Amino acid sequence: MATTAVAARTAEYRQQAARRQRVSKALVWMALALGALVMIFPIYWMAATAVMPPRDSIARDVSLIPRTLTLDNIEGGWNRLPWERWYVNTVFIATMRVLITVTINLLGGYTFAKFEFRGRNVLFFMMVATLMIPIQVILVPRFIVVSGLGLANSPWGVILPASAEAFGIFFVRQFMITFPDELLEAARLDGASELTIFRRIVLPLSKPAIAVLVIMSFSWSWNGFIWPLVVLSSQENYTVQLGLNFMKGFYYTEWNQIMAMALISLLPILIVFMLFQRYFIQGIARTGLK
Amino acid sequence: MADRVLRGVDRGRGWRLRDWWDLNQRKLIPYLFLTPNLIVFTIFVFVPIVYSLWMSFHEWRGIDLPKFIGLENFVEIASDEVFWIALKNTLMYAAGVIPFSMGLGLLAALGLNVAVPGRTFLRTIYFIPVVVSAVVVGTLAAWIFNDNYGIVNATLRQVGLGRVNWLSSPQTAMLTLIMSTIWIRLGFCMVVYLAGLQGIPKDYLDAAHVDGATAWQRFRMIIFPLLRPSTFLLLILNVIYSFEAFDLVYVMTGGGPGYSTTVLPVYIYESAFELGRYGYANALGLILMVIILAFTLLQWRLNQQGEV
Repeated sequence: MATTAVAARTAEYRQQAARRQRVSKALVWMALALGALVMIFPIYWMAATAVMPPRDSIARDVSLIPRTLTLDNIEGGWNRLPWERWYVNTVFIATMRVLITVTINLLGGYTFAKFEFRGRNVLFFMMVATLMIPIQVILVPRFIVVSGLGLANSPWGVILPASAEAFGIFFVRQFMITFPDELLEAARLDGASELTIFRRIVLPLSKPAIAVLVIMSFSWSWNGFIWPLVVLSSQENYTVQLGLNFMKGFYYTEWNQIMAMALISLLPILIVFMLFQRYFIQGIARTGLK
Repeated sequence: MADRVLRGVDRGRGWRLRDWWDLNQRKLIPYLFLTPNLIVFTIFVFVPIVYSLWMSFHEWRGIDLPKFIGLENFVEIASDEVFWIALKNTLMYAAGVIPFSMGLGLLAALGLNVAVPGRTFLRTIYFIPVVVSAVVVGTLAAWIFNDNYGIVNATLRQVGLGRVNWLSSPQTAMLTLIMSTIWIRLGFCMVVYLAGLQGIPKDYLDAAHVDGATAWQRFRMIIFPLLRPSTFLLLILNVIYSFEAFDLVYVMTGGGPGYSTTVLPVYIYESAFELGRYGYANALGLILMVIILAFTLLQWRLNQQGEV
């Protein structure tokens, strides 16, 4: 008899605990969902403003859900400024920057991870230490160097300085340091040249790291502002971000058109993010950078 | 490729070059592989750093020749009212951004670490602002907090509250800027904390649970101490981030109204590219760097002391 009573009480206790856990889980979920609403609202409002007629968005009884939908803002904003040109510039800069930066990051990181040579630690320290230096410190002298090379107001003035990227070197080194040395030695004994080893063995093993690097450098390039602002002076060479900043300063009353253009500029990066979310998160979680 | 080129170029007396290459290959390859990096780092980072040091002891407005003036730039900075305002603004900005983005990021991470339904989706939502460009955020914030037509003031009006001049009043512009930055940074802090939380062995928490520890006790005695490396990393990164913040401030407020949101990076940019005072801007940049280094070292020391 006594044992059944104990069993019954244990079961009751378990049920209570389970109920309590369900309640606390529901509370956590509600708090998270509420937070998510606050986080997503600005983006939603940008999209809503972009498809609302201006008179609706400034009405005294403004509605959170657009009453009428229109594409006029997108058309009007797009035709107001040379956006095609700015998108071509941005895509060109982003492509070149990703290609060059990722290639030399991989080479550099591999060398630091897998070769013994004189000056290795000093060079590695010097490069990684540059992560601590604010861009504002070298803004002026770097601009003067870039001008001296005849790269001011040229896309290359944006692309080349960005390839001195210590984050990538650090990231690749951390990734490749775990590769077994025996693998590389075996290939060397087989007579493979160093470049063949790099291309045929190291690179195929590094696909996840390459994905992180490509995505990070693409998003920095797409979103970059201060350096293009300094280097690119004439409007025809602007990137999308500079164009958006220009539009905000010049047509500051056309909020619906500005939001439409901001929304369009956000779409590529948002799509890349949705597709490759886990690489973004890995890039941050593993190195904690930027 | 390099060895093939060397072999191909001097086919006539190539054997010497080739022997030399075979002998020294192992020693030379690392330097060859590093050459592109060394070139770009030298031209675009190392030379500018030295140049920057040199320039901060000169007066230069870009047209005339730089004139050596010793420490005069630094003396001028010490009595430059705007510099002190910018320094105060930078500290205020950091003091607002860092605790809130880390605290809220930690809360979100703790919540998302529980197996709630749809947590991958929720995590995505919290993270989205991280990938939005500073220009878009600045433009968007300027619209949402617009005095007359912004949705925030419209909502306040509809519930019968007075309007706030979010961005056009010096009293609230910094606050608006800080709130917008927290919106961007929260997801970043959350991801770093989530990675930290996933590294905590579940046994510890189960054991504490069995011993009757409350949720708060488990957090204070186990989770938070074990998250220390994440907290330390975030603290350092957030100090650097908030001391270097330029893009968002420049687009959203341009440093105004008045000097109410002029942070150091904005003042440096204005000194250089709007006032054309290159030497002075560089001296300001060096001071910013020293401040960041000092803060980082301080945190490093505190972290080490705490571990002992």
